[in-house]
Amino acid sequence: MDVVTLSRIQFALTSGFHYIYPPLSIGLGLMLVIFEGIYLKTKQPLFKQITKFWVNIFALTFALGVATGLVQLFGFGTNWAQYSRFVGDVFGSALGAEGVFAFFLEAGFLGIMLFGWDRVSAKMHYLSTICVCLGAHFSAIWIVVANSWMQTPAGFKIVGEGAKMKAVVTDFWAMVFNPSSVERLTHVILGCWLSGIFLVLSITAYYFLKKRHMEFARPTMKISLWAAAIVLVLQLFSGDDTAQGVAINQPSKLAAMEGVYQTQKMTPMTVIGWVDTANQTVKGLKIPGLLSFFVYRDFEKPVAGFDQIPLDERPPIAVVFQTYHLMILMWGFMVLVTVAGLYLWKKKKLEKAKWTLWALVISVLFPQIANQTGWMTAEIGRQPWVVWKLLRTTHGVSPSISSHQVMMSILMFIIIYSLLFFLFIFLLDRKIKHGPKTDEMVYSDKGGG
Amino acid sequence: MSESILPSLWYVVIGVCVVFYVALDGFDLGVGMLHFFTKKDEERRIFLNAIGPVWDGNEVWLVVFGGALFAGFPDVYATLFSGFYDFCMVLLAALIFRAAAIEFRSKRESRRWRFTWDALFSLASLLIAFGLGLAIGNLMEGIPIDKNEDFACTTSICFRPFPVLIGFFTVSLLMMHGSIYLAMKTEGRLHDRLRKWSIRCMCVFISFYVLTTVVTWFHAPQMVERFLETPLYLLVPFAALLAILNVPRMFTRNRDGWAFLFSCFCIFLLLCVYGIGTFPNLVRSTIDPDQNSLTFANSSSSALTLKVLLIIVAIGIPVVLAYGTLIYRIFRGKVKISSSSY
Repeated sequence: MDVVTLSRIQFALTSGFHYIYPPLSIGLGLMLVIFEGIYLKTKQPLFKQITKFWVNIFALTFALGVATGLVQLFGFGTNWAQYSRFVGDVFGSALGAEGVFAFFLEAGFLGIMLFGWDRVSAKMHYLSTICVCLGAHFSAIWIVVANSWMQTPAGFKIVGEGAKMKAVVTDFWAMVFNPSSVERLTHVILGCWLSGIFLVLSITAYYFLKKRHMEFARPTMKISLWAAAIVLVLQLFSGDDTAQGVAINQPSKLAAMEGVYQTQKMTPMTVIGWVDTANQTVKGLKIPGLLSFFVYRDFEKPVAGFDQIPLDERPPIAVVFQTYHLMILMWGFMVLVTVAGLYLWKKKKLEKAKWTLWALVISVLFPQIANQTGWMTAEIGRQPWVVWKLLRTTHGVSPSISSHQVMMSILMFIIIYSLLFFLFIFLLDRKIKHGPKTDEMVYSDKGGG
Repeated sequence: MSESILPSLWYVVIGVCVVFYVALDGFDLGVGMLHFFTKKDEERRIFLNAIGPVWDGNEVWLVVFGGALFAGFPDVYATLFSGFYDFCMVLLAALIFRAAAIEFRSKRESRRWRFTWDALFSLASLLIAFGLGLAIGNLMEGIPIDKNEDFACTTSICFRPFPVLIGFFTVSLLMMHGSIYLAMKTEGRLHDRLRKWSIRCMCVFISFYVLTTVVTWFHAPQMVERFLETPLYLLVPFAALLAILNVPRMFTRNRDGWAFLFSCFCIFLLLCVYGIGTFPNLVRSTIDPDQNSLTFANSSSSALTLKVLLIIVAIGIPVVLAYGTLIYRIFRGKVKISSSSY
């Protein structure tokens, strides 16, 4: 395989693995602010216990987020040197802001949040928790801004030619608020919240099933079910908004997402199906006019299909179609379990509803799969460009590296990341089995952090 | 303000990031290397918890350095990281293992579990310290960059004798720095022992310092040029030596905090020596030093980007330093192991 393909595999692998953790930190960060806020307001020791338990889980996800995040930072330079030279001027200021405003805030106050319980006042501790949560959110802002610029570049000019060509910022705020920044950021943040909320839901449902730590699990369940319901509704609007943006800014991506080969009046929406690339058709369950309606709020108006896009500017349709539909399916699953959970909770039957509880336990996977497939849709759907209409992915790779080198580093990452993932699951499992500490004075660190 | 000054200002910002990284994460790395020299589990936990609440924040300086380089000097970032591909991958592996080791080590009682993570923690710290030195050594000696700003690093380039020497020099420096930090954070017999370790580390460091100075003088004349042009600069390496010689004096007066500050100061001065010696190159080309070298003038981002970056830093860094100081104040004093410790 060539260096470009291998480097793409490596980037997909490392960023996909990395993207398990920051969304958990962002989502859990939000939950921590809620839980500790309730503790501060009600002064119930129970909520301090709840906060402490989730702080420990947060620490675990944060450590892995940092370790794998470093790889991302270096990864642009190592494998994508030409890309880095091209976008450095634009991308750099966003990355710089991320480091200065986000990481220090998060990492700095994490120390107090984790180890400062006895050293600072309750209010100062809560302030630290808020700072950690804010830091986690800020880091998402800048990286999504940078990525959105790659989807919808704005506020720049091109200087130089050939290998020396680069984008230079002419208007900083136009770059930051490029056409897709706000809608994509909203979509990503909501996705992160869901991954945190469903981790909490899943672990709490497990305690319900085992009838353990019920004092702790009941309030947690109620709060997180409501949080899930609210965020899922918001995500519906945000998803619609994002897709409309894609239709305007990146028609080839939208055509791939929805599997549109022919441009036609009353463009149908394929709810479920598969792409027959040989015959250039999509088979499956179609609802006429629905796609036209979603994009233009007009059942008649045709949506641009692959036939309007030059052959060498088309993304791989089959993959994008499926990842996009999988993401939506996951949203559907989340809605189902949340509605079932809330209904049974209201009827006071949830504690005995074995099947729903098991569904809630596995529901931790739904937002994770949705996040991964969502990003695949966004990034594969942008192909063959790495920067939309400006730089092809094949032109972004480092000239000085060999496929042998990249092969070796992929192997290294597979080994290290498998090990890390195994350890993460192992330690998470131990923390869950051990449950929240009931005795504050436990000195031995058996199982605890 | 003329725009031509912007790249040099950003060069200073990157320099500040490097100084903070080496002075702060430097002691984390030193503690990591020393970790294996103590056998008792309780002492190892004290070592770990001495850096526990702060190491994450310290490592952020490395992230910010990477980001600052990408932002202000994208060509340097692209050339170096793609050129030193294998080297970067090994360094990344070490950074990942070190983070995992700190986080996971005390999570189980099992002796084999703890031994494995202890070994990984020490080894990774050693590897990173040596790697940082190796990188700096390679930049001092220069690397074969062609006209397209590219080069492919081979093992024979990376491990030339001079960079290897700088690698060992860095290891000795950070070990000393870590031991002084630990002396500040411990009490009782462990504290006395660490003071002795500090003095020993200091002797090793000073030997390396003298050796490196002599070798640089004869082997890397490009590093010496600027010092000969303006002999006043020679005060800087001399002051670095004086700063470190103050450490035993501070120990005898029971001023462990001051001892640590002098060690930080020494690191700052040594990095100034590097900055003066390599100026105005960021990466020196050995093929054609005058044409192919990446200087801060020919490889920087546009004036607008640098302005934005400087504004971000002017707002952000004072805030970072303010709460950074606050965090260090909250965790000042000797290490106590509690239920929330590592």
